[in-house]
Amino acid sequence: MIALEGVSVGIGGAPILRDVSLALEAGRILGLVGESGSGKSMTALSVIRLLPQGAALGGRVLLEGRELTALSERQMCAVRGAEVGMIFQEPMTALNPVQCIGDQVAETLLVHGAAGRSEAASIARERLGRVGLSPDRFPLGRYPHELSGGQRQRVCIALAVALRPKLLIADEPTTALDVTTQAQILSLIRELVREEGMACLFITHDLAVVAEMADEVAVMKAGEVVEHGATAGLLREMRHPYTRALFEASRHRPERAVRETGTPLLEVREAVRDYPLRRSRLFGPRPSFRAVDGVSLTLARGESLGLVGESGCGKSTLTRAILGLEALQGGEIRLDGAEVAPGMPAELRRRMQVVFQDPYGSFNPRHRVGRILSEPFHLTGRPEDAEARIAEVLRDVGLRAEDAEKFPHEFSGGQRQRIAIARALITRPELIVLDEAVSALDVSIRAQILDLLADLQARFGLSYLFISHDLTVVRAITDRVLVMRAGKIVEAGPTEAVFSAPEHAYTRELLAAAPVLPAA
Amino acid sequence: MRVPVQLVLGAALFALFLGAALLSLVWTPFPVTDLDIAAKLAPPGGGHLLGTDHLGRDMLSMLMAGARTSIAVALVAVGIGILLGVPLGLAAAARRGSLLDEVIMRGNDLIFAFPSLVIAILITAVFGPSALNAILAIGIFNIPVFARVARGAALTVWPREFILAARVAGKGAALISAEHILPNIANLLVVQGTIQFSMGVLAEAGLSYVGLGAQPPTPSWGRMLADAQTFFYGYPRLAILPGLCIVLTVLGLNLMGDGLRDLLDPRLRRNVR
Repeated sequence: MIALEGVSVGIGGAPILRDVSLALEAGRILGLVGESGSGKSMTALSVIRLLPQGAALGGRVLLEGRELTALSERQMCAVRGAEVGMIFQEPMTALNPVQCIGDQVAETLLVHGAAGRSEAASIARERLGRVGLSPDRFPLGRYPHELSGGQRQRVCIALAVALRPKLLIADEPTTALDVTTQAQILSLIRELVREEGMACLFITHDLAVVAEMADEVAVMKAGEVVEHGATAGLLREMRHPYTRALFEASRHRPERAVRETGTPLLEVREAVRDYPLRRSRLFGPRPSFRAVDGVSLTLARGESLGLVGESGCGKSTLTRAILGLEALQGGEIRLDGAEVAPGMPAELRRRMQVVFQDPYGSFNPRHRVGRILSEPFHLTGRPEDAEARIAEVLRDVGLRAEDAEKFPHEFSGGQRQRIAIARALITRPELIVLDEAVSALDVSIRAQILDLLADLQARFGLSYLFISHDLTVVRAITDRVLVMRAGKIVEAGPTEAVFSAPEHAYTRELLAAAPVLPAA
Repeated sequence: MRVPVQLVLGAALFALFLGAALLSLVWTPFPVTDLDIAAKLAPPGGGHLLGTDHLGRDMLSMLMAGARTSIAVALVAVGIGILLGVPLGLAAAARRGSLLDEVIMRGNDLIFAFPSLVIAILITAVFGPSALNAILAIGIFNIPVFARVARGAALTVWPREFILAARVAGKGAALISAEHILPNIANLLVVQGTIQFSMGVLAEAGLSYVGLGAQPPTPSWGRMLADAQTFFYGYPRLAILPGLCIVLTVLGLNLMGDGLRDLLDPRLRRNVR
């Protein structure tokens, strides 16, 4: 039904896509897998001809025999939205925040002259109902900010399928969502594709998602499709080495030496963290929100402790309290017996460092790596051998000493995460808090960073508090795991035991929702 | 990176007036305080390139020295705004939602609530007209402008992870503001600076025009306009020349501001990845 024939894209002479040929059939899902920069999104954008300025498109895109690549921009506008619908990754920014959801869905119908105003509203109501936002619970007058991330993504889907397009393009539609929400959205897309008889181009970096979703899979690398075939067969055989490498990296578990875990290092007892909310009346009492509700945990020396939970469960708030950045409203946190609080002494702070998720946002873009790495010396006073220490940590994380002279933007995402780890190591801490530290990385880079973390732990006897929403990663690197929900720890235990025999209903729900790779 | 056309044009215009102002410190064709009644209202050309005014003063020399007054007043006024406004804005952002934030921002609102030129007239009327009081009057109104810009920009930097990393490194709000926030909002402040500069030139001309700015014999464009008023039908150039100087300086600065914004603001910069 839809065919790409030898599609190539070049920007400023540099080839981005090379000779991509794919065919999509009605009612079937084609999964497009690859790492960042492999050209997945570019492929989708070349179908709807929304390439960035200066991009040159070659080859042919055929929609039911009609050549899209030969249409004028005006004709293309009639195709977009009507015959080809698209869902984007970020439901937070894909909707207009000042327009209510009914109008946004109706707009598609109005723009294409498919319906009059009142008819469009009733179709919008029906479509929103179809994606699970029933009009009695979610009136058309709701605004995007009144909805959760999953609900917003449902609105985006309703928008994309409003005109019953022949092709639905989904570009990482669940990457920004929690696992349980992801499972719901995936099954919704699957249902819609079957029922409406659409073809679906499903783009993702996650092999496990594609294994569950797609009828066919195309693996992309550096602008080329390296392997293409029916999902089950492709994953069973994995003829191309890159497919195999991706698969291996996705389920990579670093080798971890068996270690004796020692005395308790970090102790959290009955921690309570309240946030004041906005007053509802001018002189009324200030309501508050309890983000962390009586959490207790212990982390032994040399241990890796995982903290798992979905967004909004309070794990970030707990992290900031553990780092001594925010005061508790109840309970206490102790590091090696000394109390952790915003005013704690520098020597105590030195013993606990952190690595954040975003390899792009965690450095001041105007500072060189050397200066970034020496920032924690604020706690200890700049040592005599500061330069040597910087060179040493750079080598510890697998970079070169000369890299201290460079700016962060000169490094790739994985290298930046190594710099972030180096910054955490420089004060020679005992505990490192890893806040979603590998969540933004490609699978192959993630595997390398996990190896690095395991290696550093073995060499320096570090303790890790590993906070993540990604169950596979937590399973790979932690000894014990805590499951957090709505500010409380609902389950705790040795990682393998919790994952193989979860006791709490929520843990079971989480595990069931997480897509799994078929065994090789 | 391509330098925007407006920036080049604006900078050239401003450089012309800045050069004239600096030159007037050491040399003008005639001393500006020299009255030559015999040669009054002489036409352009001859001994005086741009002619003389009703008191026989050389117009070119007056304009050059007037540029000095305008630029000096506007520069110091912007300096006051940056030196006081930016720290206030940074402090408000660092303690967002606190009493300090409220006090600073409501204080800003208070100053904003008054029409600026009227207050400037009030200040100079109370403390006596002089260039110094004009500077103070214009400078006070620059404080809330810079405080707002700094606070707004700083608020977008604070939630970023490198700030959290600095806090984990034990750094306090003041140190973080100076080391991390300020360099990251400097581009916005520079752009705002050029815009406030042009408004300062305009305000100084306005105050001098009503006789509340620089006092004679200090030359000033606004003062020259006021003096030329009665001769406008007979000798329009007396008003047109200083008027043109004001317009061109303000235009140059505004173009410069626009150009700098395009150059420094990555959100407006078009780049193909």
